[in-house]
Amino acid sequence: MTMQIADSVSLSSPEAKARAHAAAARNNLRTEPKAVRIAIITLAILFLSVFVVLPLVLVFAQAFSKGILAYFDALAEPEALAAIKLTLLVAAISVVLNLVFGLVAAWAIAKFEFRGKTFLITLIDLPFSVSPVISGLVFVLLFGAQGYFGGWLRDHDIQILFAVPGIALATTFVTFPFVARALIPLMQEQGTQEEEAAISLGASGLQTFFRVTLPNIKWGVLYGVLLCNARAMGEFGAVSVVSGHIRGETNTMPLLVEILYNEYQFVAAFAIASLLAMLALITLIAKTILERHLDEGHDVNDH
Amino acid sequence: MSAIAARRRTLPGFGLTMGLTLTWLSVIILIPLAGLFLKSLELSPEQFWNILSSRRTLNALRVSFGLAFAAACVNLVMGSIIVWALVRYRFPGRRLFDAIVDVPFALPTAVAGVALTSLFAEKGWLGAPLAALGIKVAFTPLGIFVAMIFIGIPFVVRTVQPVLQDLDPEIEEAAGSLGASRWQTIIRVILPSLAPALLTGLALAFARAVGEYGSVIFIAGNLPNVSEIAPLLIVIRLSEFRYADATAIAVVMLIVSFVVIFAVNRLQRWAQNRVPVH
Amino acid sequence: MTIEVKNLVKKFGSFAALDGVDLKVNDGELLALLGPSGSGKTTLLRIIAGLDWPDSGEVAFNGEDALAQGARERHVGFVFQHYALFRHMSVFENVAFGLRVQPRAVRKDDATIRARVKELLDLVQLDWLADRYPSQLSGGQRQRIALARALAIEPRILLLDEPFGALDAKVRKELRKWLRSLHHEIHVTSIFVTHDQEEALEVANRVVVMDKGRIEQIGSPDDVYETPATAFVHGFIGESIELPIQVEGGVIRLGDRPLRLVADELAPGASKLFVRRHDMLVGPPGSGAFEGAVQHVRNFGPVQRAEVALSGGETIEIDAPRDRELRAGDTISLEPRRYRIFAGT
Repeated sequence: MTMQIADSVSLSSPEAKARAHAAAARNNLRTEPKAVRIAIITLAILFLSVFVVLPLVLVFAQAFSKGILAYFDALAEPEALAAIKLTLLVAAISVVLNLVFGLVAAWAIAKFEFRGKTFLITLIDLPFSVSPVISGLVFVLLFGAQGYFGGWLRDHDIQILFAVPGIALATTFVTFPFVARALIPLMQEQGTQEEEAAISLGASGLQTFFRVTLPNIKWGVLYGVLLCNARAMGEFGAVSVVSGHIRGETNTMPLLVEILYNEYQFVAAFAIASLLAMLALITLIAKTILERHLDEGHDVNDH
Repeated sequence: MSAIAARRRTLPGFGLTMGLTLTWLSVIILIPLAGLFLKSLELSPEQFWNILSSRRTLNALRVSFGLAFAAACVNLVMGSIIVWALVRYRFPGRRLFDAIVDVPFALPTAVAGVALTSLFAEKGWLGAPLAALGIKVAFTPLGIFVAMIFIGIPFVVRTVQPVLQDLDPEIEEAAGSLGASRWQTIIRVILPSLAPALLTGLALAFARAVGEYGSVIFIAGNLPNVSEIAPLLIVIRLSEFRYADATAIAVVMLIVSFVVIFAVNRLQRWAQNRVPVH
Repeated sequence: MTIEVKNLVKKFGSFAALDGVDLKVNDGELLALLGPSGSGKTTLLRIIAGLDWPDSGEVAFNGEDALAQGARERHVGFVFQHYALFRHMSVFENVAFGLRVQPRAVRKDDATIRARVKELLDLVQLDWLADRYPSQLSGGQRQRIALARALAIEPRILLLDEPFGALDAKVRKELRKWLRSLHHEIHVTSIFVTHDQEEALEVANRVVVMDKGRIEQIGSPDDVYETPATAFVHGFIGESIELPIQVEGGVIRLGDRPLRLVADELAPGASKLFVRRHDMLVGPPGSGAFEGAVQHVRNFGPVQRAEVALSGGETIEIDAPRDRELRAGDTISLEPRRYRIFAGT
């Protein structure tokens, strides 16, 4: 009561009035007191700095800790070059496979209505929720010496496990959903009107796809490929299980990081790691740019 | 009339693309996963039980599931704070920090693993001051916890962020104009609207942490029964050619993942049915 | 080109979008499919275009089975409700699309295609927009480009789905007139779908009124307005007063009051009486078929709209000229100049 009286009395003076208005503005319905705001922002920044920024900075600091020459020497090692080459090869294989699959699957799922669509999408998503180690294990059980096809492969002298095919398979498994998942919601949102228009104007199925659909989803395709590629190059668990760690032959870059680190060759380990970290950063920047393009590309026919 | 019987679809290529999709899905995903379950069926229930109830397996599962859940809870709280700061406040570097949230997604796990290990090792940038306080992170279960927090951050943030962004400002203004305090508005109006997204984020972070391998094994110390995670135990059993053991552990982990996906799908449906369409 | 549709049925789950539709479209006419949403008019249009397929029934173009052909072969120009312009192509390329995707054997050379597109853009009076993209156009411009694109393939039939649905009122009126004169010029058999009666009555030669997957009436705009065939058509077109009545031994009753209206040749039982609002003539008490008290009056330009409580218990709205001002509380008599009675409730 006394507070209220004091308030109404003090309202008479101009500066008190200004103060009261300021307080009312501060009590805006959709924000918190300044102290709370600052505390929340500080907490968020601190947490992200400690858990995300510091490790990232450390990678580069360690890589260059013995100078730039040591850094490039480490990258010029034959083992390092072999790992880079293998990583690029494996990533190229799985990106191409998943790109083709993603386009085909997105066409079937986004452009047609059928029963069990949600279930099919869940199946495509499966690799996201399977431990990388298990993603490798399933191929060991299929193609390993004691696996279902192990005997047959040995008789025909085909090497899948501990060789490029196995690594590519495991990587393809792990990166399976990326392109399809980037395209399905995009194509669903765009609907089938433009395709129907193209068909009614006499275009064939392939003409419709290449002239109408593909140009509309090109940023989405790039987005999916980008994420698929980043994961393919960086995959560790699944590849670790199927690679056999043959030095200079079946070691990808992440596997080489592990080996060098365990041998206390920190500069070399972090030099390779810095390349992968760079890949991650470039991916993130490209992703941000692509997301802007995707936001702009909303359907003009809807308005 | 004959044409109608074929029940034609307007756009071409459904049969072809659906056939290719199902074939490729089967070859890459379904047959390999089915192989795992088939392999586990070769074990008698007794064998299966013996493997799972062995002390080392139980401890590995306990470490993986327990720490993953604890890390997911930390991510739930910290993720909410980060989302709130990113969506509701303007501060210098906001867009940069928004982008940084995705780093754990994009950074290869092995790189994260060695970086976190060096950071928290006894002579590391953070490890040294913590050691002075008597806290040892690297090569202890605490290290596993830290790595799991790292990889789980984006899941909560990226599931909750769009929901908070799309939240109709009018509902808060309505609550405020009806006399609710800010705190009451947050607890009674905003939080229930975010609940499905928060739970989804929690589940996704948990699922990812349980299966995580690369970023954990470097910092874990990998002491059997203490700081050995289940995925590592699978790898060890494989290298010992104890396929049955590896398979049994993998099956348990897979089933848990499937349950989590199922729960997430349910949550999404619940959220869709609940949130009014604008 | 004539179009003949016979006993068309199309179900979506348990919902019958088309429930046995028969229709003949004459060569060169401009036909409107009019009905509320969910009446099946768009489904009918899409089936004629080959964008949907019926569960049973026949569609023939000039007596030829059209269902044996896909949308691609039917050579039908379709203008989509939201235009469906190719957003990554310029206006010019949008219009040229149908010509560029023709099989190599019949495809025209580039110069011919350019000339043809130019001609079409002239026809829709938008040649100055050739290099723009769809996102840079207004709604009305998009609509006309969509039409030019459909005309580029020299379609045998032109189909338009809610052609003016997404436009604002002023542009809509302009485009209506324009479409009429365009049809006069090119004279291709055309069907358009609309839920707007004014649009259908103003633009079309003939109007097909649909409801719940069935055709209620086919006729000229005058026919459907002046002599509605069913209760639905009367209620849907124009502003009608609808009164529940009883026909009994040559007498029409509203509630318990007999009305002074001729009941010859009417089947006995519950029926509905329809009168246009402006067909109710106001007179002094005791002079007309209905008696009532004025509740409320509002003026709309040349007419006054009065809410009248009839002594039979119903409240109706009438439109009367303003030569005699009505006031709330007046007791008046109403005489329908024209009315129709449909059996059933």
